[in-house]
Amino acid sequence: MEVILPIANATAAAIARVSAAFNAPHARAVVFGIHIDGHLVVEGLLIAAILFQLSRKSYKPPKKPLTEKEIDELCDEWKPEPLCPPIKEGARIDTPTLECAAGPHTTIDGKEVVNFASANYLGLIGNEKIIDSCVGSVEKYGVGSCGPRGFYGTIDVHLDCEAKIAKFLGTQDSILYSYGISTIFSVIPAFCKKGDIIVADEGVHWAVQNGLQLSRSTVVYFKHNDMASLASTLEKLTHGNKRTEKIRRYIVVEAIYQNSGQVAPLDEIIRLKEKYRFRVILEESHSFGVLGKSGRGLAEHYGVPIEKIDIVTAGMGNALATDGGFCTGSVRVVDHQRLSSSGYVFSASLPPYLATAAISAVNHLEENPAVLSNLRSNIALLHKG
Amino acid sequence: MVRLPYTTALTTLFSYGLLFAFGQLRDFFRQLIDWFKANDVKGYAPICLGLEDFYVRRLYMRIQDCFGRPIASAPDSWFDVVERYSNGSDKTLKLTSNTSRCLNLGSYNYLGFAAADEYCTPLVIESLKKYSSSTCSVRVDGGTTKLHTELEELVARFVGKPSSIIFGMGYATNSTIIPCLVGRGGLIISDSLNHNSIVNGARGSGATIRVFQHNSPAHLEEVLREQIAGGQPRTHRPWKKIVVIVEGIYSMEGELCKLPEIIAVCKKYKAYTYLDEAHSIGAVGQSGRGVCELLGVDPADVDIMMGTFTKSFGSCGGYIAASKEIIQHLKLSCPAHLYATSMSPPAVQQVISAIKVILGEDGSNRGAQKLVRIRENSNFFRSELTKMGFEVLGDNDSPIMPIMLYNPAKIPAFSRECLRQKVAIVTVAFPATPLLLARVRICISASHTREDLINALDVISRVGDLVGIKYFPAEPPKVSEADHNKLE
Repeated sequence: MEVILPIANATAAAIARVSAAFNAPHARAVVFGIHIDGHLVVEGLLIAAILFQLSRKSYKPPKKPLTEKEIDELCDEWKPEPLCPPIKEGARIDTPTLECAAGPHTTIDGKEVVNFASANYLGLIGNEKIIDSCVGSVEKYGVGSCGPRGFYGTIDVHLDCEAKIAKFLGTQDSILYSYGISTIFSVIPAFCKKGDIIVADEGVHWAVQNGLQLSRSTVVYFKHNDMASLASTLEKLTHGNKRTEKIRRYIVVEAIYQNSGQVAPLDEIIRLKEKYRFRVILEESHSFGVLGKSGRGLAEHYGVPIEKIDIVTAGMGNALATDGGFCTGSVRVVDHQRLSSSGYVFSASLPPYLATAAISAVNHLEENPAVLSNLRSNIALLHKG
Repeated sequence: MVRLPYTTALTTLFSYGLLFAFGQLRDFFRQLIDWFKANDVKGYAPICLGLEDFYVRRLYMRIQDCFGRPIASAPDSWFDVVERYSNGSDKTLKLTSNTSRCLNLGSYNYLGFAAADEYCTPLVIESLKKYSSSTCSVRVDGGTTKLHTELEELVARFVGKPSSIIFGMGYATNSTIIPCLVGRGGLIISDSLNHNSIVNGARGSGATIRVFQHNSPAHLEEVLREQIAGGQPRTHRPWKKIVVIVEGIYSMEGELCKLPEIIAVCKKYKAYTYLDEAHSIGAVGQSGRGVCELLGVDPADVDIMMGTFTKSFGSCGGYIAASKEIIQHLKLSCPAHLYATSMSPPAVQQVISAIKVILGEDGSNRGAQKLVRIRENSNFFRSELTKMGFEVLGDNDSPIMPIMLYNPAKIPAFSRECLRQKVAIVTVAFPATPLLLARVRICISASHTREDLINALDVISRVGDLVGIKYFPAEPPKVSEADHNKLE
């Protein structure tokens, strides 16, 4: 009892003093003209405590980078895969080696065989006039063009060929590429960049797929040659989406599909394109020189004016019996490619004799439309049988 | 490497700034005018939005006549450049029927096979008559002729590898082969100044890409160590394989690759090497076999050797040379082999004849003479240019020599003035080179004679004085012995 009482008295006295200091109406300290009330002191102490905690460094586990010895050990242990996988036994392909031109009849291993493998639709391989013009071209210009189009690789036959193709098809301008498949896989990335929308057919061939992949755009596929599927895809993409008006939108189709042989219904596609405001890229490698009354391709076959198709590309290695490819369209479309299409800018131009062969082939097609009726009757015969 | 003085850098930046400002001003007025004119293509987003093609519209179009000049003859050492005129402000250029005969310092014609050749052209014409200008089929479906197999064996023998495969286009070779070799989970380490076809092929493959400083084996080793130790990004699994891609001669610098050191580094870390010899095959080396021969590297140490036929052989197309298993694998899986039209038979015959001439198998020593001539021509030209005070890049023995211009206004000035004095040269600017480092790129050929070169040096020196690109002090002309004695 004796111990507790003085302690209790002392505590009560201390509390009384503190509360007097806090609560006494006249016992207020004035510092720099600010009256210090009790709660201000508490808040000041809290702020000091917070600042103290903030200023302390947080605990991070120490970073230990790999030592040189450890890196050496990792490099020694690492085993790479072989550069090429082992060839499976049944996977060898025996390619037939031709001993003469790949015309309708050709020779393999000394035997004469009928050739159903070459895409020589108009039978222009072995045509005398074309070969004569090529011979003249080789004697005048040599074989190669020795430079890209921007650096003295543009030869006047290239410009003539571009003008000829544009005139033949009825478009404003055209541009030549030096390899068939490089045409489409350079054109698509030149126009379609990241963030654009492309609606493509499922059954397009490898070069188109490669172009779609290189373009980094959003690609949506629709069922092969199915217009209902195309319509529903377009509807889904544009329905209620205000943003799509600012993005570039493309439909990529082939005129005659290399993998399935079907013909794309162009009139339906143009109707859908105009309704939903997409641009069309039409790949006409197998239909140029084949479809249409005078061989002008899918647009003539369906009676659609060629201006409605924005971009037409084709490889010339099929009906025209030469190599390389071209792309036609309006002047804006073609001029854009001259500086931003990688297969045109960074690669050597088409050898001049192949451009001459293309000009002669188009001339031949214009002068002899009878080859097309021959082709059609052969196709009908094979179909019937 | 290029040493850019501060004053030049400042003036070049200022020029580009001025061009940019004027371009923006013109764009502003164009927008005003277009706002008033009705646009009939409503609803379609424009092909190029905003600043995407600013460089093309406002900078490139002003000097459009320096690029894409058409020619009316074979791209030999002298050729006919077609004159063009423009109706106003260079927007469209119209052709005239006038041509001017100029000295060709721009085409890739290293061994002089560009024009009709006495041995090659008759054989090419014969093959044209026999095989026609195209096979119209893919290689695996009836596009392979006897010529193609003969060329593949010849290329393999020439380069020093067991077997090879050929394609119709050099660009397509790179961009379709690299995805067949490396895929997801692999690593591609490529030089920072590699060609666009390699970049495209690497992007299309799906592998992770890392870049090492141009021609620096030390930095390559650093990158390799870091990557092997770190593994694949995020999962840190070990890489499936690593491929290092370098070029033999870099076409914008004219430099040779430091091949022996890079091969040593790759062997140490078990990475595969891919050498792109587009500009060096046929042009360098004692017998024309490329950088491996020049730098003393065994072809068996390089895993894959790629090259093109456009430059030294006067034809078109590309090849890959490697071991039998790799070539077999490529023949089964490479899309350019399975889906693309095979190389045109006359072009194949041209390469066969050109290689035979280089090897001396046509019965004459023209090939050896050509190789000696191109080496002498390159070294003579380069040393003379350096003596005059130009800043010339590139190593000795390389037939490509860039001369630095830097300032954008000097590009059209140099180009047009040289054309007026009948010398055709190639100027390169952004985006093929970094923005501040515009240059003139000269390609020497074995068909240039000593008089041609002296004439060209004269013209270039005069135009260089006019335009002001002699950034280094010129060597004083040597006082001849007789005069020296007279002075004393």
